[in-house]
Amino acid sequence: MIAMSNQEPSAASVGATLNALGVKQFGLSFIALALILVIVFWLRPNVASYNGLRLLLNLSPVLVFTALAQMFVMTAGDIDLGIGPFVGLVNCIVAGLLNDQPALAILMLAGCAVAYSLMAALIHWRQLPSIVVTLGSSFVWLGLALMVLPLPGGNVPAWLTSFVRLHPPLVPLPIILALVPMVLAHLVLNKMSYGVVLRGIGGSLSAVERAGRSTLKARMTLYALAGVCGLLAGTCLAGVTTTGDANVGRGLTLLSIGAVIIGGGEFVGGIVSPIGTVLGALIMQLSGSLLSFASVAPAWQYSVQGGILLVILALRVVSWRRLRP
Amino acid sequence: MNALGISRLLAQPWFYASAGAILVWLVIVGHSQGAGGGAVISAALNYSVFFAVVGLGQMLVMASGAGNIDLSIPANITLAAYLSTGQMVGSDSGLVAGFVAGLAGGIAIGAANALLILAFRIPPMVATLASGLVVESFTFVYSRISVAKPSPLLADFTTERFAGVPYVTLAAIFASVALIVVLRRSLFGRSLFACGQNETAAWLSGVNVRRTRVAAYVLCGAFTSLAGILFAGFTGGPSLNMGSEFLLSSIAVVVIGGTNVAGGQASVLGTWSASLFLFLLLSMLNVLQVGPGLRNVITGVLIIAVLALNKTNRMQLV
Repeated sequence: MIAMSNQEPSAASVGATLNALGVKQFGLSFIALALILVIVFWLRPNVASYNGLRLLLNLSPVLVFTALAQMFVMTAGDIDLGIGPFVGLVNCIVAGLLNDQPALAILMLAGCAVAYSLMAALIHWRQLPSIVVTLGSSFVWLGLALMVLPLPGGNVPAWLTSFVRLHPPLVPLPIILALVPMVLAHLVLNKMSYGVVLRGIGGSLSAVERAGRSTLKARMTLYALAGVCGLLAGTCLAGVTTTGDANVGRGLTLLSIGAVIIGGGEFVGGIVSPIGTVLGALIMQLSGSLLSFASVAPAWQYSVQGGILLVILALRVVSWRRLRP
Repeated sequence: MNALGISRLLAQPWFYASAGAILVWLVIVGHSQGAGGGAVISAALNYSVFFAVVGLGQMLVMASGAGNIDLSIPANITLAAYLSTGQMVGSDSGLVAGFVAGLAGGIAIGAANALLILAFRIPPMVATLASGLVVESFTFVYSRISVAKPSPLLADFTTERFAGVPYVTLAAIFASVALIVVLRRSLFGRSLFACGQNETAAWLSGVNVRRTRVAAYVLCGAFTSLAGILFAGFTGGPSLNMGSEFLLSSIAVVVIGGTNVAGGQASVLGTWSASLFLFLLLSMLNVLQVGPGLRNVITGVLIIAVLALNKTNRMQLV
């Protein structure tokens, strides 16, 4: 840490101020989410119940895990353009193979997570821009998914479909599946001592190296975490939809980037918020439902999703202007 | 050629994309025992021109500095296709009005992107993603109230050929040569690369950084909408998802073509070569009867391989 603050005093002090204002980082998204929920409850009072929330947030774990995956990659200052197709690939393996050939399927899923980490090694060794490596790998994930499951369908294991239908007491499952990963990711990045190294490589690679830590190992760890989150996202997706579809993840990539940024993350690396990311994912997920409840024509849903993204970011920039370099 | 010449050739940003395109073409010709080589090139020139034009727009944006990217390209293409063909309604009398409408849409999107990025300081990736979403809504609504049919002249222009080379490709090649001159010789070109290499240094030496970035985004919007109009003519009419395949390929052709993602450098020839390379690659895998799954895997692996070989793409920042 000392090495880091010596490296770039101005950047470090801004970073320290931002970290001290951790709440401010995702405060706006918290208000936005609360606002959306209030409007949803006002339009559809039935939703404000255990079952209402359960159905409303049915698909949200998928975006929550995908957004967390994107967040881990963005922690390193990278961008993952392939996470959507990756979730699609996992979805196809779970739906297409897990029931009939469990050993092969588990081997493939483990291979997927390892592949993610190897991607980080390639980016590190050859000093490649992540945006293009992940762009290339997005074709690989899509291709593999098509090879596993050429047509949508498959056979999702019964234990998985019954798991996503669980009714835990008091709190609906989708909310648990948002809170638990949120807390875990927060612990890893913000509370564990290794989290400093993980966030550090996004801030300053040379500072981490001078502190005697392996930047290769840190980047591979972040990508492996992203891979695991991708595995969970694809598995949840298979459980909820009970089918596999290679093309299902196409829109997820951009939504996940939006979620991280709404949640206070930055493209420069090192500045991310697991709590904000989960809030951002829920905002992206719920804005769609909000519009259909408000009887807005589906055509305008994209517009409002884009509008929410812009308004939150514009507000944040206005409130942050003094802090920004 | 001596060793120095070869190493200089290898260092050219466009080298790997061009070599890849030629290699793939040789495989196709070899597979068909020498027949149809010309037809393959002719088809490739016709189809890849749209990707090249979009790629050139994306290239200008990416060259203007690290982190600059346009993700509103698919929405822009679809909007331009609907706006222009909605004016044409299948007759040549609406041709000019169609081009004006389509280009105006694209320029407006580019200007809006620049406004969001420079005035509101929203990261380009999110700003253009959001503006794309908004545009998609408008296109969706407009597509239901308009009769979209390209004019016959436009359709002919995009498909008819002169000595095997489609007219649209000839026009695009002339325009690309003009672009090379602009990038190398004009104030805009020099300013663009200066901004991309070091924003502060460019500003200190009197370059108007903001105006240059605005120009890059507006030009990208214009190029993209032009490609959208032409593509609508080529495919016989617009469809709502016609832009989606351009998102990833616009980035791919720029980067495979040797333009540096960190900004400050660009290769028009490389972008063209990469567009041809990707189309020929797809044709080759089709000819070899590779299934859609494996085809995607090979495409992805080759994108990464070309990138790993090409030295110009190393990150200069961080």
